[in-house]
Amino acid sequence: MLSRFFFVCVLFSSPLVVSAADGEWSGYIATEWRVFLDLPTAPEQHGDNVSLSAQAEYYREWNAGKQSFRFTPFLRIDGRDSQRSHIDIRELNWTMVHDTWEFTAGIAKVFWGVTESQHLVDIINQTDLIESADGEEKLGQSMLKLSLTRDWGDIDLFVLPGFRERTFPSRVGRLRTQTAVAVNNAEYASSQGRDHIDAAIRWSHSLGDWDVGLSHFSGTSRDPRFRAAVDKGRTVVIPIYETIDQTGVDLQATKDDWLWKLEVISRSGQGERYTAATGGFEYSLYGINESAVDLGLIVEYLFDDRDELALTPFEDDLFLGARLAFNDEASSELLAGMIVDLENGSRVMSVEASRRIGDDWKVNLEARFFSNIASQDSLLNFENDDFVQMELAWYF
Amino acid sequence: MKLSNLFVVGLVFVSSLASANPQQKGLEIAIEADKRETGFGDTTANMTMLLKNRHGGESSRYIRLRTLEVDGDGDKSMSIFDRPRDVKGTAFLSYTHKTGSDDQWLYLPALKRVKRISSRNKSGSFMGSEFAYEDISSQEVEKYTYKYVKDESCGDIECFVIERDPVDELSGYTRQVVWIDKNEYRPQKIDFYDRKNSLLKTLSYKGYQQYLGKYWRADEMYMKNHQTGKTTLLSWTNYKFATGLTKRDFDRNSLKRAR
Repeated sequence: MLSRFFFVCVLFSSPLVVSAADGEWSGYIATEWRVFLDLPTAPEQHGDNVSLSAQAEYYREWNAGKQSFRFTPFLRIDGRDSQRSHIDIRELNWTMVHDTWEFTAGIAKVFWGVTESQHLVDIINQTDLIESADGEEKLGQSMLKLSLTRDWGDIDLFVLPGFRERTFPSRVGRLRTQTAVAVNNAEYASSQGRDHIDAAIRWSHSLGDWDVGLSHFSGTSRDPRFRAAVDKGRTVVIPIYETIDQTGVDLQATKDDWLWKLEVISRSGQGERYTAATGGFEYSLYGINESAVDLGLIVEYLFDDRDELALTPFEDDLFLGARLAFNDEASSELLAGMIVDLENGSRVMSVEASRRIGDDWKVNLEARFFSNIASQDSLLNFENDDFVQMELAWYF
Repeated sequence: MKLSNLFVVGLVFVSSLASANPQQKGLEIAIEADKRETGFGDTTANMTMLLKNRHGGESSRYIRLRTLEVDGDGDKSMSIFDRPRDVKGTAFLSYTHKTGSDDQWLYLPALKRVKRISSRNKSGSFMGSEFAYEDISSQEVEKYTYKYVKDESCGDIECFVIERDPVDELSGYTRQVVWIDKNEYRPQKIDFYDRKNSLLKTLSYKGYQQYLGKYWRADEMYMKNHQTGKTTLLSWTNYKFATGLTKRDFDRNSLKRAR
């Protein structure tokens, strides 16, 4: 199925071979240094680490921009965890644009949602968890996507063949579950396994101060459940990908200095139907103390009605965050945040900061601390994985 | 029609009564300047920003701009960033309104995420430059109150000097003094006064060129911050008019595709 799909893609994108417009390459190469502050939970897990990554993007358009082709390969070479060394095609797609519709075929990335602390509604792309434990990095997803633009909003229709399994650290990796995930033994609830073709639909619209999205996804869950097993004499956990139906709503009201945000999902297919939500606000203070610096204060409540059975550690949690934008030549930024479990007091804190150096370099700092972790909280897995990381990237 | 009637009346006033009240005369000049700008339809252009600090350190930004004129309201515009390279592909969509707050969205290409953002940060710096958002957004007559000050020569041409006070309390300025040439009603120079009413910045326009036989656009806009010594030079190239852009080129889908 997948190979046939790709044949279609290549066929579609063949016009670019004869097109006259010039394509262009851009991207970055980065080095990451990660220092762990504690000894690992398991003796086989590695310590401080150096890692290289690169992403390039080739883009070409023709027919006055009505058609375009995009190819975005990603590569990481990790010093310690061979599973973190990986290649992914983030994008390889052809897009055709018309007045009232737009069609994309190939591998692409799609983002849905409004909140900052977690992204419940966003479901099209699988999480590249091994890239970043915060779940912000995504794997490319093959798709046929038709977008219709109407006065009453945009409709996006998706056919999603070629399920992608979530990436996980290996036994020697950090920021992993206490029992390592056996990624090669994944199980599927559907008899079609990973060949199940998923589908999704989304309506979104801007009405004055309000931005609204309503979506439904039917297919293989991006986040697996786990079961314990024994593999080659070792205890492992095996990911089980079930077939789910998920309806999602995302809402943002932009009222002067206040951004009010809400995401709600209802999902069936993974045990009993459940509801999860993230909601809160971002309040901005501009030019604090007569300077150019803007401060954003973010508060979000994270909820999951499965309570302690939830796959996520965030079932009754509060996120408090502060975003500083310095508005200087180097585009310096800082985001500090903390998620606190309101029931057991477990805390995860993070700091992300970045600034440009010269025209083509950028330095990113990231730190994550897990503290006061309760014994029943799933964050216990990361209890000894506090880290500080610096990344230096060169853009071309 | 109503507007042009007002004009005829206005011009009669100006020419016959040298003592016409300065608010009235200031407003008439602003309306005439706006009238000469009306009807351009749509434009695209490339913009380079050269930022210099007091010590001579330089950095530059490349941005492409698309603008759509909207009948009876402020313009729609899309800015697409080409450089610095780390923000390449970032795009900014703005629906300006004559009154009330503008609608703004930002597209972050690394996450493929469109974010609706607050438009309250009018006085904030655009891309770390000496231009504030309110300096580069669409200039509507309704955004200020006016007062004619005097006639003065600016370079080798004759100018009206008018003072305009921002209506919006979120503006970073108490007032602006604008030199507008008498021949074509083009801004030649603007002095910006901060909230404490001290001279903050001066913007100078250079190299006006006429397009479609009617619309004037400056090749260069030079902003000097008197308080920090920093400067920003905006250089415009590749101005095109009547390119056939429609409102579909200014929606959230086009923001995601912006290149």
